[in-house]
Amino acid sequence: MSALPPYASPLEKAWFWTFRIGCGLILFFLIAPIIAVVPLSFNSQPYFTYPMEGFSWRWYYDFFDMCSTQDIVADYQMRFDAGEISDNPCPQTTSGVWLSTVKNSIIVAIFSTLLATTLGTIAAMGLSKGRFFGKGFVQAVLISPMIVPLVITAVGLFFFYSAADPGLRGFMEATGINWLTTTLFGTELGLTGSLMGLIMAHATLGIPFVVITVTATMVSFNQNLVRASLSLGASPVRSFFKVTFPLIIPGIFSGGLFAFITSFDEVILVLFLAGPEERTLPRQMFSGIREQLSPTIAAAAGLLVVLAIILMIVMELLRRRGERLRGIQS
Amino acid sequence: MAIATDSSQPLTTADGTPLRQSLRRAERLNKLRAFGLVAPLFLFILVFFVFPIAKLASVSVDNSIVPEILTNTVEAIQDWDGTDLPPEPVWKAMAADLVEGKKNRNIAKVGKRLNFEKPGFRRLLIKSARKADKLEAPYKESLIKANKKWADPEFWRVLQRESGDYTFSYILRAVDMTYSEEGSVTMVDDKNAVYLDIFGRTLFISAQVTLTCLLLGFPIAYLLSTLPAKTGNMLMIFVLLPFWISLLVRTTAWIVLLQDQGVINSALIGIGVINEPLELIRNRVGVVVAMTHILLPFMILPLYSVMKGINPSLMRAAKSMGANPAIAFWRVYTPLTVPGIGAGGLLVFIISIGYYITPALVGGPKDIMASQLIDIQMNQQLNWNMASAIGVVLLAITLVLFAIYNRLVGIDRMKMG
Repeated sequence: MSALPPYASPLEKAWFWTFRIGCGLILFFLIAPIIAVVPLSFNSQPYFTYPMEGFSWRWYYDFFDMCSTQDIVADYQMRFDAGEISDNPCPQTTSGVWLSTVKNSIIVAIFSTLLATTLGTIAAMGLSKGRFFGKGFVQAVLISPMIVPLVITAVGLFFFYSAADPGLRGFMEATGINWLTTTLFGTELGLTGSLMGLIMAHATLGIPFVVITVTATMVSFNQNLVRASLSLGASPVRSFFKVTFPLIIPGIFSGGLFAFITSFDEVILVLFLAGPEERTLPRQMFSGIREQLSPTIAAAAGLLVVLAIILMIVMELLRRRGERLRGIQS
Repeated sequence: MAIATDSSQPLTTADGTPLRQSLRRAERLNKLRAFGLVAPLFLFILVFFVFPIAKLASVSVDNSIVPEILTNTVEAIQDWDGTDLPPEPVWKAMAADLVEGKKNRNIAKVGKRLNFEKPGFRRLLIKSARKADKLEAPYKESLIKANKKWADPEFWRVLQRESGDYTFSYILRAVDMTYSEEGSVTMVDDKNAVYLDIFGRTLFISAQVTLTCLLLGFPIAYLLSTLPAKTGNMLMIFVLLPFWISLLVRTTAWIVLLQDQGVINSALIGIGVINEPLELIRNRVGVVVAMTHILLPFMILPLYSVMKGINPSLMRAAKSMGANPAIAFWRVYTPLTVPGIGAGGLLVFIISIGYYITPALVGGPKDIMASQLIDIQMNQQLNWNMASAIGVVLLAITLVLFAIYNRLVGIDRMKMG
């Protein structure tokens, strides 16, 4: 199918081109919606329809809370009236809602990724190392957060958090951990309506991705390298950090990226578990779409598309690096 | 063999322990170490995933509120044989519980619980509790005087049935079943049957999405696996980019495209194909299109990896033996892709069943799926037991499919990206 031989019959030619055009349409279907939404983030009017009225940066200014005071707005208005700028990006003061949700999203995503990656990598080493009783079952349980519908997980965690929280908070109070975190971070540790609860919940979602990718990397990992290092006198810990780790790092990294994006994109658990203080970016977008489509959502979408492109490139580089590393050892 | 029989001594290691014993110990240590590495993660998943779901299952059968508030009645009614009306001690216990319930202001709670079993129970309890202080012996006559409904043995039978710490009413209701007046399990009448309908619809929408994904994904996977590596990788971006883009962004994009003044409708009106905008959103079309777009990469990637491994000379062999290309494709190539179709199809189907965000944002009232139903029971009806029961049924369906997936494909072979 890669190329048409010169002796192809008219029927074959027709089929060849029908197939190609069909595939082209499907690929268009995959990419077109994304292309359609991004330009709207530059619409000068608050509508979600084409044709656009004019070009403006105002929704990005809104997203990044760049018109936080009346003075800034007045200043932009003056420059716009004087004709210094053709687009007034600050027609009104911004609330800073979006920026605070980004902050929450990043905190939750980073900590849940760290947790999932650390625990997941260690477990993947164990899973690929040996066989033990009930291994298949353990593996199925570790993968299941990816399979179980998120609403079920969310409701279960909601019950669990509200049942466990009083006891947990009491424990934190008694041991003085609360005093420590309040002094250091200005927050108490709890599960309901707290970032910590979200971090734990999102970590469970990221774990299957880490386990799957790292286990896959370990399969093609040559265990003789570890034996060689041990026979040369390295301690198991040293052997791990000097031999195993550098070789499996691409796998860990890509698992971590999956975990990160899963958390960064997750909204259902947030809907059930977080309070108004813990709004994340997807949560804000969700209520924005439900209530009223504001082009600030398009600005958020534009930024998320950029993030996706970056992540995809990083992923591809990791894949290539992984292949190169494997190429050396085989 | 000859050497082993020559020396009567068993093989030993350098320090003199028998080799077999030494090996076994090393093996055991290895197993223990492997398990030790997995243990922390397993524990974490147990606490923050398995346990919460067990909690959900326990809420779905929880009935503790009845014995807690109607303590005396529940104890007294155990001895009743269920015929006619209960004996006097039961009435006396009920009067005592009503007084207690009025004092603690929790009679409405148990009323709400029992109203789920028999409509009218809540009003009966609340009204009777209001007159609780005036009740006197003989309590049977006194209670019936306070409210005639107490003379209906049906209320007492329901109470007797639902007097334990656990109940299966919610789970039964989640599959449109209930207890009949005689206490046997039957289907609810048609006008109250909603849940099976929604489960059926959930499975149907998932099947539609899976099929559409297969129809669109198969040619793309085939194209990508047969193109030269360089072009193939380039086109792979079209598949991978949507995969990395936020679900909400993609859902927003579909709203932009499909709404009444959206891109598709404006374009069609612009070129004069239609005069009125087509209804593309808040209905099944929108749900299937948007979900297909979101889940298509999950179909393409497993298919692609299977097709990559198919030896192209098989097709050439078939053709060289005289098969025409279409037959060669159907009889030789397609059967080889079945593992990919199975893996991708099951994955898409399993993910679709639990879908919430997309149907909630682009679907209409006729496209409510099981996950949305749980949300509605949880946050609007505030019936947490019922929400959990629906959750248990949905979970059971998912786990059965997951088991099939594990059997056919194997979770070891699940790959990302």
